Formats: sequence, C-alpha cells, structure tokens
Amino acid sequence: MSGTFVGMPAFPVAAKEAVGNPTLRGNLRHATHTIRAKRAKAVEEVSDWAELREAGKRIKDHTLRHLDRYLVQLEESVRAAGGTVHWAADADEANRIVTRLVQETGESEVVKVKSMATQEIGLNEALEAAGIRAYETDLAELIVQLGKDRPSHILVPAIHRNRGEIRDIFRAEMSEWGRPAPDGLTDTPAELAEAARLHLREKFLRAKVGVSGANFMVAETGTLVVVESEGNGRMCLTLPETLISVVGIEKTVPTWRDLEVFLQTLPRSSTAERMNPYTSTWTGTTDGDGPRVFHLVLLDNGRTDTLADEVGRQALRCIRCSACLNVCPVYERAGGHAYGSVYPGPIGAILSPQLRGTGSEIDASLPYASSLCGACYEVCPVAIDIPEVLVHLRERVVQGGPVVREGNRVVLKPAKGHAAERAAMRAAGWAFGRPGALRAGQRVASRSRRWHPRTLPGPGRAWSGTRELPAVPAEPFRDWWQRTQDGKGDAK
Amino acid sequence: MSSRERVLGRVRRALADVPRDDAPVERGYLREHGARSVAENVELLAENLADYRALVHRANAEELPMLIMRLLAERGSQQVLVPPGLPPEWMAAADPVRIHDRAVSTPHELDKVESVVTGCALAIAETGTIVLDGGPDQGRRRITLVPDHHICVVRVPDQVVSSVPQALERLDPLRPLTWISGPSATSDIELDRVEGVHGPRTLEVILVTGHDGE
Ligand code: SF4
Repeated sequence: MSGTFVGMPAFPVAAKEAVGNPTLRGNLRHATHTIRAKRAKAVEEVSDWAELREAGKRIKDHTLRHLDRYLVQLEESVRAAGGTVHWAADADEANRIVTRLVQETGESEVVKVKSMATQEIGLNEALEAAGIRAYETDLAELIVQLGKDRPSHILVPAIHRNRGEIRDIFRAEMSEWGRPAPDGLTDTPAELAEAARLHLREKFLRAKVGVSGANFMVAETGTLVVVESEGNGRMCLTLPETLISVVGIEKTVPTWRDLEVFLQTLPRSSTAERMNPYTSTWTGTTDGDGPRVFHLVLLDNGRTDTLADEVGRQALRCIRCSACLNVCPVYERAGGHAYGSVYPGPIGAILSPQLRGTGSEIDASLPYASSLCGACYEVCPVAIDIPEVLVHLRERVVQGGPVVREGNRVVLKPAKGHAAERAAMRAAGWAFGRPGALRAGQRVASRSRRWHPRTLPGPGRAWSGTRELPAVPAEPFRDWWQRTQDGKGDAK
Repeated sequence: MSSRERVLGRVRRALADVPRDDAPVERGYLREHGARSVAENVELLAENLADYRALVHRANAEELPMLIMRLLAERGSQQVLVPPGLPPEWMAAADPVRIHDRAVSTPHELDKVESVVTGCALAIAETGTIVLDGGPDQGRRRITLVPDHHICVVRVPDQVVSSVPQALERLDPLRPLTWISGPSATSDIELDRVEGVHGPRTLEVILVTGHDGE
C-alpha cells in the first residue's frame, strides 16, 4: 500500500480543510481557469480532434487487450537495443530493484526527472533509507521537495504555492540541499527560475545516475519517450552514465507510428501548447551519446488488478495530461492534496482506489469525490468515462463483490456506514443503465448550464435529491459537504 | 516464480474475459491539417517558431556564413561548439574559437561554452518544432542542451514537413531524438512563463535556401 500519504484522512475531511484555505483556493482557481481557457483554444486549432481522441482511445484499448504480448515484445526490443529489463510486481520490489541498481554504480545520489510512477512507489523515501539522495529537478517538484510538501497537481505539482511562498522556501532550504539561493532573491518568477537553474546545474553536471519515468514505451522498437518543458528531463536523460527508468506497464503503445496520435493530443491537453518545448526519445543505449547503461523497470503495482475490472480498466488509458483536473469543480475547491495520492483530481478518484484497493478510508471515499458532472470525460483526450467508473466504484464500495487484489480474486465486503449511499447507488445504476436518462441528467450539464436539470427523472430523483447534478458550482462545495455529510468533518 | 512470470500471468488472467480481436486500429485523423503549398509550409514554420519565442532568420547558402558570424558576434560568444559533421563553410566567416565536440569532453567543459551551431533532421511546420537525430551535423544530445545559445540551421524546404505524422514517418526511432519547440520554458510559478530554466535560453533558427550547390 505504498503511495498513500501517511495518516491521510478521508477525502471529505481533507477537502474541507482545503476549502477553508483561501490562498490555496485562490491559487487553484486562477491556475485551473487559465489552463482551461488556453486548452480549449489549443484544441480548437485541430480540426480532427474528435478523430485523434477516438484513435487514442482505440490504440490504448487495443494495447491493453494484448498487453501480455506487447510487454514481451517491448522487453525484447529494449534488450536488443542494449538495455536491461526488470519486472516489479509491486512498489517494494521496484524500490528494491532501483536501490540495488544505484548501489551497484557506487553512487550515493541520483538526479530525477519528474515521474508519477516513482512518486507512486515512494522511491525517494526508499532511496533515502538506503542512504541515497534523490534530487528532483523539475522546478515544481523542486519546490515541493524543498518545501517538504506534497505535489497537488499532475502537471504543475506546486500549483498551490504562490511566488512569495516559493521565495521563502528557496531562501530557507536550498542551502540544505546544495547551492544556496542567491542573496537578495526576490519573488519574481524569472529570478526564482534562475535560482533553480543555478542550484540544479551543479547537480546535473556531476550526476552519474539519472532516474526517470516515461510517457510512452514503444513495443515494436523499444523506444521510450519523455515529454517536458524545462530541459531538466534532457539533462537527466543524457548527462549521467547510468539511466534507470521506472514505468507503469500501461504506458506501452504498439508501434512508433502510434506516437503520432499522442504527440498531438498530449501537449494540447496538458499545457495547451501545440507542442511542448522538449521531447526526448531513446532506444536502449547509443554509442558515444547519452548513458552507457540503461535499465527499464516495468511496474505493475496494482495495474493488473485494475486491468481485471472490466469497467475500471479504462483508467489505464490515461496519458496523465491533467486536463480532467483543470475542469473539475471538486478539484478546484478541494485541491490536489485532499485526494491523498500522487494522482489527484478525477483521474485520481478512479485510479487510486483501483491501484490500491478500497481498504483504507481515503480510498473508499475517493469515488465520492465528484459531482458526476461529466466535464472530465468531455476533455479527456483518450475518452475515459470517469463518471462511469466512479459510479462503478461507488457500487463496489457500497455493495462489495468480487475484485482482484495482487492477482488474486477476493470478495469485498459491503462497506459499513454507507447504507444511505446504497439507495443512491441503485438510482445511479438505473440512470447509467439508461443512456438517455444519463445524458439528460449529467452530460448535458457540462454543455448547457442554463438548462441544467435539478433532478434526475424517475428513480434517479432520490439520488439527485441529495446531490447537485450540474458541473457548475451552483452550490459551493462547502455547503454540499455540510449538507450531504452532516458536517462530520467538523471534528478537525 | 519470477516477477516477470507473475506480472504476465496476472495480465493474462485479467484478460481472460476479453475478446482478443486483432482488427487494426482505425485512424480517422488527418495526415496534415489543411493544404498548403511548400512556400506556405515554410511560412507557417517561421510563424510557429516565432510564436514560441525562437528567433527566426532567413538566408541563402551564400549569406549563411555571414549571418552565423553576425549572430555569434552579437552574443559576444568567444567559444562555439560544433558537431563533427557540420559543413565547414557554415562557420567560414566566424572568428570565435571553434570547439569540436569530443566524446571525452565532460559536462563541465560544455558548460563553459557559450554557443552551439547545428543542423537538424527536420522541422515540423504545424507545431513549430525542430527535430535533432544525432546526425553528423547535429552531434550528441548534450551539446544542444548545456550551452545557453543554440543556432540551428534548417534547410528549406527539403527539411520541412507539415505535421507530426509526417515527421514520425521520416524519423528513425533507433536514433536518439530531441524535439525542440522554442527555448526551454517553465510555467511552474503561478503559471507565468519563464524561459531558459535549463536548456538554452536563446534558440535561433536559420531557414536557409539554395544549399547543396543550387
Ligand atoms: S484521465 Fe484523461 S483527462 Fe485525466 S489526466 Fe488522464 S488522460 Fe488526461
């Protein structure tokens, strides 16, 4: 169960706290609205967006359907290109493998490219325990690491921090980790970025080991792809002698050509750019250019369990663009930390409880961290029906049933204390079983604010009677929480 | 049981209910967006490069050495890194000390160099992207990364493609590739865009016509 933020309260409690923090809310609101508007423009520019989205969905589904075959092919291609492939069934195993590989180089520090997978498994902490220091080199990750903080957004992990806070963190903490912040550092973004450049350059130039994730792995050729903006990725991927990449098995795509879809949809969906400033691809090792040793660690850690769920498996299509976070009214108010995992927002609400199971309070509460407005589905470049999976997971939490955990079939007991939700779930199930009613009740909400139905027709009424259907925060999240949860979070 | 067998076994069990149809994925999307003439494609490239704050210059083959000299002089660059296969005539007019990239040069040595001049594998008009593939006129990935100033020469129109799909068709995945769209940038601080966090702060792209003795 690594990857859970230790001692994390359930989503509603954590969210309530976040909602009461005006700086956080202000920062988040500004950020998500800015990216959202820009993204819409970037998508409009591409006349075949719908077709790209459909192709992206199909490529990923096809890959997942033949994942065993493509993983074996990927392994062969990487080997043929001079890399070594390792398999890790869970976080502990992945951490052990990476720790051993670093130890074998004789080094005691590594530079890291921002990677969700290594955060998910808690690699930095595991390395630390073995006396190895891992330096995050993405500016936002650096801010998070220096601030002894947690990431709150997939793409801009320090989105909850404003410039003043960042300056204070740099001034106070940089000297602990290496080159101190320049004297008289102000809070202008340019100066802050320059301070980070100087601080990190020292590390890049001496680094012998780099650790990364990857956005894509091509089975046919063994090529790995990292998409980024700052150039810290390029530094970590090309300057060290040894490169270790930890990648979730679902990042596989079958062919080189498939990248033509994702290299169009990913940048536009995530940073609203035609193309991100830097993309690096590498296939094993190349003589005289870049690392001489390359290790790929293929990570399961709950992904095969997710694959076993016929409704939930679509979450594995995710390309981590973060578009769903930026349109989510719940994320906007609650902030990324409330989700208690490295995957915040709507995708986190369906991915974390599947990767980790719904055993903990926070994971059992995540499927409820949504208004089911459908905005996340609308923007998702691989068309993951997040509301569908949310309802499915709610049902699982409430009613229990068969699931796969660590490769074994187990039967989940119905959750206690969710009796009130049970009736609601039946209603939701009814709505989802009738596409017409569902469309009327939800999807339309994200498109036509004016005509929002206040309640679902038929048996859905009981459910929508206690929940606000619209995407739009007609009712503040705070009130929603107070009303639906009886203010139970007040204890804090 | 090895972890490899364990993971693959889990995948196979997870997919037990799934029909393994092998129909090829339908690709209803476009190979390029809009029909542009060759000249229009070059224009679009220039526009999109500039939109990402690359500095765009144009020259013919004869003017190229003078332009490179001028750009280096404007920066006051004393030392210039060049890949082993850069056409010698490109640098014919430049007086700064030329440093040839060698496998043994350390990142620290590269860090002392101010500018780098390279060619490219191709450029993508629709996205304003140049792609380097480590060819002889581009060199190792690190040389276009560590110095603060990168001058990249694109032969137009031969090296210009319209779109990402066309680019992938022409690139060799077995080579290490670097796609560059504008200079290094971050928006991590309150979403204010700041250029040059780690890669070159200045990217200058020269669109050169009439090469290859035309
Ligand atoms: S679920 Fe879709 S929108 Fe959300 S991060 Fe993943 S790919 Fe992007």
